[in-house]
Amino acid sequence: MSTQQLQDQVIQVRRDILRMVHKVNSGHPGGSLGCAEFLVCLYKEVMKHDTNFKMDGFNEDLFFLSNGHISPVFYSVLARNGYFPVSELSTFRLLNTRLQGHPTTHEGLDGIRIASGSLGQGMSVAIGAALTKKLNGEDTTIYSLHGDGELQEGQNWEAAMYASSNKVDNYIATIDYNKKQIDGATDDVLSLGNLKAKFEAFGWDVLDVKKGNDIDTILKALAEAKSRTGKGKPVCILLHTEMGNGVDFMMGTHAWHGKAPNDEQLANALAQNPETLGDY
Amino acid sequence: MKKYIDQGKKDTRSGFGAGLAAVGKANENVVALCADLVGSLKMNEFIDNNPERFFQMGITEAHMMSVAAGMTIGGKIPFTGTFANFSTGRVYDQIRQSIAYSDKNVKICASHAGLTLGEDGATHQILEDIGLMKMLPGMVVINPCDYNQTKAATEAIAEYVGPVYLRFGRPKVANFTPVDQKFEIGKALQLTEGTDVTIIATGHLVWESLKAAEALEAKGISAEVINIHTIKPLDKDAILASVAKTGCVVTAEEHNHLGGLGESVARVLAQNTPTPQEFVATNDTFGESGTPEQLMKKYGLDDTAIINAAEKVIARK
Repeated sequence: MSTQQLQDQVIQVRRDILRMVHKVNSGHPGGSLGCAEFLVCLYKEVMKHDTNFKMDGFNEDLFFLSNGHISPVFYSVLARNGYFPVSELSTFRLLNTRLQGHPTTHEGLDGIRIASGSLGQGMSVAIGAALTKKLNGEDTTIYSLHGDGELQEGQNWEAAMYASSNKVDNYIATIDYNKKQIDGATDDVLSLGNLKAKFEAFGWDVLDVKKGNDIDTILKALAEAKSRTGKGKPVCILLHTEMGNGVDFMMGTHAWHGKAPNDEQLANALAQNPETLGDY
Repeated sequence: MKKYIDQGKKDTRSGFGAGLAAVGKANENVVALCADLVGSLKMNEFIDNNPERFFQMGITEAHMMSVAAGMTIGGKIPFTGTFANFSTGRVYDQIRQSIAYSDKNVKICASHAGLTLGEDGATHQILEDIGLMKMLPGMVVINPCDYNQTKAATEAIAEYVGPVYLRFGRPKVANFTPVDQKFEIGKALQLTEGTDVTIIATGHLVWESLKAAEALEAKGISAEVINIHTIKPLDKDAILASVAKTGCVVTAEEHNHLGGLGESVARVLAQNTPTPQEFVATNDTFGESGTPEQLMKKYGLDDTAIINAAEKVIARK
C-alpha cells in the first residue's frame, strides 16, 4: 500500500475508534488514537498473517496487545483487515458482544489470542509464544505492544530480564511511549526514568523512534527492528506517540485516556477525519 | 473391610517427577517450566531426557505463568513447577487472566502444598490454594493422595485439554494405591465399603482416613472411605450414592475449612440431600514451623481427628 492508502486506513480507524467509544460512552480513545498508525502499518504491511484465524497461528507472525484498554484500535484494525465484519464494531462493549471492553478469547473473536487488560502480562505471554515458535522451528516474528505507564508493573522487568538472558531474538516489543497515563504524566505519576537505558541495561536492542505517528517512520522502524531479529537479543521499539493523535482537542493531554466524546465533540473529531473507506 | 498396604513411603512430588518424565517421553509437545525449584519439584529426569523442552525461568513466578500461557499458542503443553503458595496466591491474576479466562492448556503443578512442608513455616505453607483455584471458572483442581496416584494424575492431565491445578506435597507418605490404577479426572474412588459414616478425603488425608476407618471398625463403626482426588469437577454422584447409605459425612483435607473440599461437598449435600457433616481441615488459620507429623497433629489433620469427627457426626444423625 502507498503511504496515502495507509493514511486513509488510519483515518477510517480513527473514525471507528471515536464512534465506538461515543456510542457506549465508555472506552479508551486517547491511547487508541495514538497507536492507529502503528497497528495499521503492522497488520497491513509488516506481519505475515492469515485472517482465516487459527489460534495456533502456525507459520504466521503473531501480535499481542498487552495494554488491552486500547481495544478500540485493535478491534478496528482487525475488522478492517478482515478478521470479522466491520459491522460488528457497532457492538463494542454491549451486552453479549464479542468485542468486550478489553480483548478476550472467551467470546471467540477471531484475531485475539490472549485476554489482556490487567496490565503487565503481555510481554511474558509474547515471550512464551516466541519460545514455542523457536521450538517449532519457525522463521517468524512475534510482535507486542505495551503502554509506557504499563511498564510500572514489575512483571515486565521479569520478562525483560528473561528475554535477553535466554536470547529470545524472534521478538519485537513496541512501547507506546506517549508519556501519559490515567492520572497524568508518567513523570509525575511514577517516572520511568531513562527507558532506553533501562531496556539496554536489561540486554535489549533498542530503537528510539521519535515520530511514532508518521507512517513512513513507523514502516522504516519496523523494517529496521525486523533486521535486528535473529541476532541474539530481543528488540524494543520506543515509539514516541501522541495520545489522541488526529483529533486536535484530544492531543497534548491525558484527559482522553478513558473518556468518550459527547455528541458535539464527536462531530468535531469526525469533521477532522473525513470518511475514507466507509463507516461501519 | 478392604485393607490397604503401604508399599513403602514415598513423596507425592516424586510421583509428579516420574509422571512428568513419562509424559515428556510420550508427548513431544509437553514442555516444563520451573521457577528455581528443580530439585524440590523432582523435575530432573524430564530435564535430563528433554533439555530443549525445559525452561529454567529463575524466580519469576508471575512471568512463568504468563509465558506458559503464551507457549500453548502453537501447540505446546506447559507444565509449570513451583511451590503451591507461589503457584497460586502469588500469581493469581496471571492465572486468572492469561490462563483461566484465556482458556489455555497449562498444567499448574504445585508442590509443598499444605502444612506438611513443615519447618519452613507459614510463609511457604498454603492452606488456601484449593479455594483460590476452584473459584476460577474452567479450572480443574486435583489433589492426589500418594506417589502412584500423583504419577497417574500427571499423566492424565497431559491428555486433558484445558487448565489444570495439580496439588501435591513434600513429605514421604504411605504409597498404597495400585501402581497401574487408571486416573480418571473427576471420578472418585471408593476405597472401603461402609454403612455408618462416609469419609470423603483428598491428598495426604486419604491414608489417615483409611487408618481411621480401621480404628472405627474395631469400635464397631463401619466407615466408607472415598478418595476424592478431583475437587473440581466434583464427583457428585459418588458422594450422593454413599451418603444415601450412611446418612452422614466427614470431609478431610490439608486445607482451610473455608474454601476447600469440605465446602464443595457441603454444597452438593445442601442442594440434594441435607446431611450432617464434620470438617477435618484447618480452622481459618495460618500454619507454623514444625515437623509434618507435629503439625498435622496440632492442627487436627490426622487419623485421631477423623475418628473423633466420625463419632461426632454419627451422633448427630
